[in-house]
Amino acid sequence: MTGTLVPEGGTTRQPIERNDDVVRVRHLVRALALQCRLSLVDQTKLVTAASELARNTLVYGGGGSVSAGLVTRGGRTGVAASFEDSGPGIPDIDLALTDGWTSGGGLGLGLSGARRLVDEFHLETEVGRGTTVSVVKWAR
Amino acid sequence: MVGPDFSERLANLLSADGGRLAEAWVERVSTSLRNRMSTVELDRELRELYDALVEALRRGAGGVHDENFSEVRALLTEISRNRARQGFTPGETAVSVFALKEVLEPGLTSGSSADIGAYLRLSRLLDEFGLFTMEAYSQTREEIISAQAEQLLELSTPVVKIWDGVIAVPLVGTLDSARTQVVMEKLLQALVDTGSEQAIIDITGVPAVDTQVAQHLLKTIVAARLMGAECTVSGIRPQIAQTIVALGIEFGDIVTKASLADALRHALGRTGASVVAKAGERR
Amino acid sequence: MSERVPVLRIGDVLLVSIQMDLEDQTVMDLQEDLAERIVATGARGVVIDITAVEIVDSFVGRMLATTASISRMLDAETVVVGMRPAVAITLVELGLSLGGVRTALDLEKGLAILRRRSGLPDADPA
Repeated sequence: MTGTLVPEGGTTRQPIERNDDVVRVRHLVRALALQCRLSLVDQTKLVTAASELARNTLVYGGGGSVSAGLVTRGGRTGVAASFEDSGPGIPDIDLALTDGWTSGGGLGLGLSGARRLVDEFHLETEVGRGTTVSVVKWAR
Repeated sequence: MVGPDFSERLANLLSADGGRLAEAWVERVSTSLRNRMSTVELDRELRELYDALVEALRRGAGGVHDENFSEVRALLTEISRNRARQGFTPGETAVSVFALKEVLEPGLTSGSSADIGAYLRLSRLLDEFGLFTMEAYSQTREEIISAQAEQLLELSTPVVKIWDGVIAVPLVGTLDSARTQVVMEKLLQALVDTGSEQAIIDITGVPAVDTQVAQHLLKTIVAARLMGAECTVSGIRPQIAQTIVALGIEFGDIVTKASLADALRHALGRTGASVVAKAGERR
Repeated sequence: MSERVPVLRIGDVLLVSIQMDLEDQTVMDLQEDLAERIVATGARGVVIDITAVEIVDSFVGRMLATTASISRMLDAETVVVGMRPAVAITLVELGLSLGGVRTALDLEKGLAILRRRSGLPDADPA
């Protein structure tokens, strides 16, 4: 978990403002996962996590955007994605990351589940300001 | 770094008697590789590289990472990769580059001081290309090693169809997290490929498991269930049973059997088949 | 306007084969359509074929579980068939076990489960 992430190639930014944007985020992340040669299972995990996080951005954050691209660190390549919104923020992070807890009528697996599907998970939030969730999945 | 005027001079130096120099280069490299490579192939490889080098210098290429050298770098990478695959040593690979210096040396006795300066620059450039070659070489070796490790993993974990609708994976040896994951993915894929609704995971040959491995086993069984198949675990050693209980891992309603034979009988029963011994009848 | 997933009727079974990348609205529509069609047709079983589905996230997973519960209330059994290994592994990691949802490896095995349930003979009548 040490060292800095080095971006490789460009970063793509997409809005998450409408329902069908979630589908577009999945396509973007899948294309990157293929480019990074993630195994089929890892691709599926990453795309699923992206789907959860994009929906969170839309439903709880009131919309926002995703920035995604390939990264390297210490000879490994991975896919990084960052989901940003300027919504209400999360008052209790620990609670939000607990299985089964939800503020939006879902199963409450969005954040905690997405965290288990990726290799690195970073959450930054400020009440009234917004939330940024950054994830990385490394090629095995 | 090499300035444009030096580049020009170098290009002239190399192309003045290009045919002969390249030939001498091929010959020297061929000797150093003790004829383990066909001369025709070597000749083609090196002449291509030579031409690319001259061309790049003519266009005023500077350092190794100069854009004009991209063709040279691509060729060098290819050569290094091939050498690594053919089993040449790193030294033998780098010599291909360094030998060019030796070939140029004799021509210097009659050269001007400017030529000598240019030669020294070229020498430094070739040193850098030599290092570049080494990097490409070791990268290829690493790729080969990891590919072999993967193959070994594949070989050591067969998933076999033992009856219509029943597959089994006999696990032998220490399980680490990575290997367990690979096996489990193979097992689930085999369910689909063979259309089997029953899978047996036999761990008779596994001396110990840790929390992570036990968790992977558990997750696989749940995943198989999600796909519409059922797993039976057989051959759990007493120590492993103790570990699993001590770790507090809930095996819940997972079917476990003492031996592979028992597991097979159970699995067959679930598919609707039954094994009946018939006295005096052999098939 | 989002696309709708077609619901086919074969005898007393409703067949849904998901062949597209699901938008959340499509998922909601499908859930509604199915409930209506079960009642309208008096279907005894529902088969949801997800062979072509590359990811099932918690939203789709929840729809599958809810649909199973709703159809059971309407006296129809739901079987989800064709889940890919990678999808199953991901669902487990995500923490979704789809309790209460019947599953089968493929369409044929799914239909066999429904036949057994409804007490019909195993082979299709000629």
